Amino acid sequence: MEKKKTGDDRLEMVQGTLDMLILRTVLLAPAHGHTIAHAIEQTSEEVLQVEHGSLYPALYRLEDQGLIASFWGTSENNRKAKYYRITPAGKKHLAARRERWDELVHAIGLVMGPATE
Amino acid sequence: MGLIRYLRRRKKDAELAAELESYIANEFERNLAAGMSAEEAAWAARRKLGNMTRISEAVHEMNTIGFLETLWQDLRYGARQLKLSPSFFVVATLSLALGIGANTAIFQLIDAVRMRLLPVRAPEELVEVRIQPKADHCCSGNFSNRQPHLTYPLWDEIRKRQQAFSSMFVFGDYRFNLSNGGEARYADGLWVSGDFFRTLGVQPVSGRLLTEDDDRPGCGSPGAVITYGFWQQEYAGDRAVLNRTISLDGHTLPIIGVSPPYFYGVDVGHRFDVAVPTCAEPLLEGEDSHLAKRHHWWLAAIGRLKPGWTAASAATQMNAISPGIFEATLPTVYQPDTAKYYLGYRLTAIPAGSGLSSIRRDLEEPLWILLSIAALVLLIACANLANLMLARASTREREIAVRLALGASRLRVVRQLLAESLLLAAAGAICGALLAMGLSNYLVMFLSTERSRVFVDLGLDWRVFGFVAALAVLTCLLLGLTPALRATKANAASALKSSSRSITAGRERHLLRRALVVTQVALSMVLLVSALLFSRTLQNLMTLNAGLRPEGVVEVGVDVSRLNTTAERRTVIYRDLLQDIRSIPGVEAASSSGIVPVSGQGWNDRIQILDGRKAGDVLTNFVSVNSGYFQTMGTALVAGRDFNDDDRPSDRKVAIVNEEFCAEFLKGKNPIGTRFEILPSPGKAPDVFEIVGITKDAKYLSLRDDFSPTVFLSFGQDPEPGAGTYFLVRSNLPLAGLREDLRRTIAKQSPAIIVQFKSFAAQVQESLLRERLMATLSGFFGGLACLLATVGLYGVVSYLVARRRNEIGVRIALGATRGTVMSLVLREATVLLAAGVGVGVGLAIALGRAASSLLYGLKAYDPTSIAVAALFLGIVALGASILPAYRAARLEPMLALREE
Repeated sequence: MEKKKTGDDRLEMVQGTLDMLILRTVLLAPAHGHTIAHAIEQTSEEVLQVEHGSLYPALYRLEDQGLIASFWGTSENNRKAKYYRITPAGKKHLAARRERWDELVHAIGLVMGPATE
Repeated sequence: MGLIRYLRRRKKDAELAAELESYIANEFERNLAAGMSAEEAAWAARRKLGNMTRISEAVHEMNTIGFLETLWQDLRYGARQLKLSPSFFVVATLSLALGIGANTAIFQLIDAVRMRLLPVRAPEELVEVRIQPKADHCCSGNFSNRQPHLTYPLWDEIRKRQQAFSSMFVFGDYRFNLSNGGEARYADGLWVSGDFFRTLGVQPVSGRLLTEDDDRPGCGSPGAVITYGFWQQEYAGDRAVLNRTISLDGHTLPIIGVSPPYFYGVDVGHRFDVAVPTCAEPLLEGEDSHLAKRHHWWLAAIGRLKPGWTAASAATQMNAISPGIFEATLPTVYQPDTAKYYLGYRLTAIPAGSGLSSIRRDLEEPLWILLSIAALVLLIACANLANLMLARASTREREIAVRLALGASRLRVVRQLLAESLLLAAAGAICGALLAMGLSNYLVMFLSTERSRVFVDLGLDWRVFGFVAALAVLTCLLLGLTPALRATKANAASALKSSSRSITAGRERHLLRRALVVTQVALSMVLLVSALLFSRTLQNLMTLNAGLRPEGVVEVGVDVSRLNTTAERRTVIYRDLLQDIRSIPGVEAASSSGIVPVSGQGWNDRIQILDGRKAGDVLTNFVSVNSGYFQTMGTALVAGRDFNDDDRPSDRKVAIVNEEFCAEFLKGKNPIGTRFEILPSPGKAPDVFEIVGITKDAKYLSLRDDFSPTVFLSFGQDPEPGAGTYFLVRSNLPLAGLREDLRRTIAKQSPAIIVQFKSFAAQVQESLLRERLMATLSGFFGGLACLLATVGLYGVVSYLVARRRNEIGVRIALGATRGTVMSLVLREATVLLAAGVGVGVGLAIALGRAASSLLYGLKAYDPTSIAVAALFLGIVALGASILPAYRAARLEPMLALREE
């Protein structure tokens, strides 16, 4: 098996956070891959440029772990599309990750201190 | 769950592909709406998604078990490769199937005969009690049955005094005659003591089994237990069989139960049909009963250990109580020194979980030798195939180098190459296992004779499966590992270059091939020599001067016990029968005899020669015969006279001896007229005999033994002839017609006389069973090995020639003649052959020494056999090399040089 290349290194770092973002995106309403990808981009005001392709492995992984569930439905332009919705377990996981994220941000903020002039 | 995901991965792959397509479609429309052109929109959508292949792969890897997937790929690839060369596949599978099949069949037999435990309750607790095998001068007296280890009085004492066993039993095999007159029809019976079934933990299928209560001394007419097989065969599975009876030797016994189908007793290799309590033996045998005799050995004893006891502790206890037991059972008929030996015997206990077996004794050594021979054949086949695999791997050199260069790990490539050999090994193992089933049945059939049908439970058990699997794995590794390792070791750069014209490239690999071929030739040499040794042993035994001519002689066994007559009447009956038989047209000569030569029956006694010298007594063999015996058997009378028909018990007792007797005991003196006496039991007067004739030597017990001193006594002078005897009839008539005439003649005397016919020549053949087995199988294997080695040599020589094409082309271009080229190639082949034969001779001598007990008339290093084998192998192998040599000589130099 080939060794993972540097592109995947970047992906690994974001992986935990990417999961959290996906869960947040489908928290309120089910969506399919395309919608989730663009939602993350747009809601973050184009800051978070995640390779759309890397979403799909993440989606599969989340589905495996039981945090989201999939079903086939019809998309906006009358195409068959695979929709994802959050599960109760996913909701709990999201809440836990959010807490940890807040702690992390707070901790980093403490270290960085107020912005110096 | 990993496995479920794995099995549904293809569905998942399809789903993902659909998902990605829908993403592209959505993004495309989005881009169109944003104002891009169709072409731009499509391209932008793809770019946004990223590397679709990588995404598919990433998801696929999550769904798969990496190892299994690649293994499956390798196997499919290997299968495709094999499909591309069907002839190789067929040849390889056949040779492996033969090798693995032969090994498995023999192992199955060894396993069934030696290793498998009895199908009874807790067989590991069963222990046999017997006299220590190394005991001094064991034992004297009469012996019958297959396991004559104990006498009944001994058993009685052992049973009373033992402490190690929770229960014990004795058993002895016996053939009961089911018919009441005319030609005999036998059932295999078993005398058993009362606790037989209880100790073994066997439950009846119908009715009940024998218990201690059935075995009270002096029982009148006890019941008999029949086996399931006999019930089906003889009573057609009659449900009301418990109301029926069975006739054993003229006595009717009620059937009280049926034993289960899987139960065959404790004698591995034999079945029984009916079990009768030992207390009934006096009733059924009448005056021949051995129950009370202290010197008649016919039983074997087995006990189940009490908890906490082991075979070793039981042996100690048996040893301790031995003196008392032997003192209490000392036979009164023994001479003083025989008695001294008897009192010195000690009992011991031996684990008997896998039963007792007479065939184990006879066949174990040949079977192990055959297994080694079969293993050698398998090795040769593997060496052959390994060479072929090397050739195949070398044609893929470039492809493998590319794979390695692209980053495949060596292990991965080796695995792929191993897949092909794994498939071959699996195919060979499966075909071999199927072949083995037929082969082992054939072996058992081969080993069965009319008198003793061999029955072996050849069912498969874990040991046999394990054996086959181990063989398959071993074969696979042998075949595939070396070529695979070699091929992947290649220096990638040099392999990628086109094969150079240099002669020196790849020298090293040729060494392995040559070594393989030399090994093959050596092993074939060993097998050929062994085949020759065993075949010549058989031939020696079949053509030796046995002192008799078995062809044309029929044994007629006659039993007059149903007539219930006196001894004098019997003498008259026998005399009349002999006269009637002699008057049958076509009968050249006939005689009666107490025993039949070369049948394993014998009778010996100690005699004192009354010639004035006080020499000690000597042991000699005896046969009780009539006049005409020597004529019937084809043994020449050298001096003196034959017996008369008129010899009566009251006349002076006469005897005829053979030349060996004279040479050993009567050195130099004139034997005719010498008298001797048979040492009698204490208190009786000795019988004195006068020698009146001398015959040429003849074989007594078996063909292998040397001639031994033999004394012939006159049958007519025997005051107490037994209830049965043999008539030996020499005639040119065909057997079927002669049987009819004999049956009618004997029935005329009385229809209650029981007769049994056998061709004497066939019986002598049967005594050579072991030798025939070895000769047949080793001959077959030897031929097979020769064939394989020839094919191997042909392959390697062709390969070497192909590698040297350029060189040969240059030589021819420079003026070498065809003859020179051929001798060049043949020289190479001869070197390989000579090396192989040399190593083979050494191995063959070693193997011969190991098996020397099975040979006859030959030494282990018999030079004729070795020379013939070497010559044969040499001719055959050189013949195989001629073809490549010839092709090499006919090379067109320009074509050869132009090729890469």
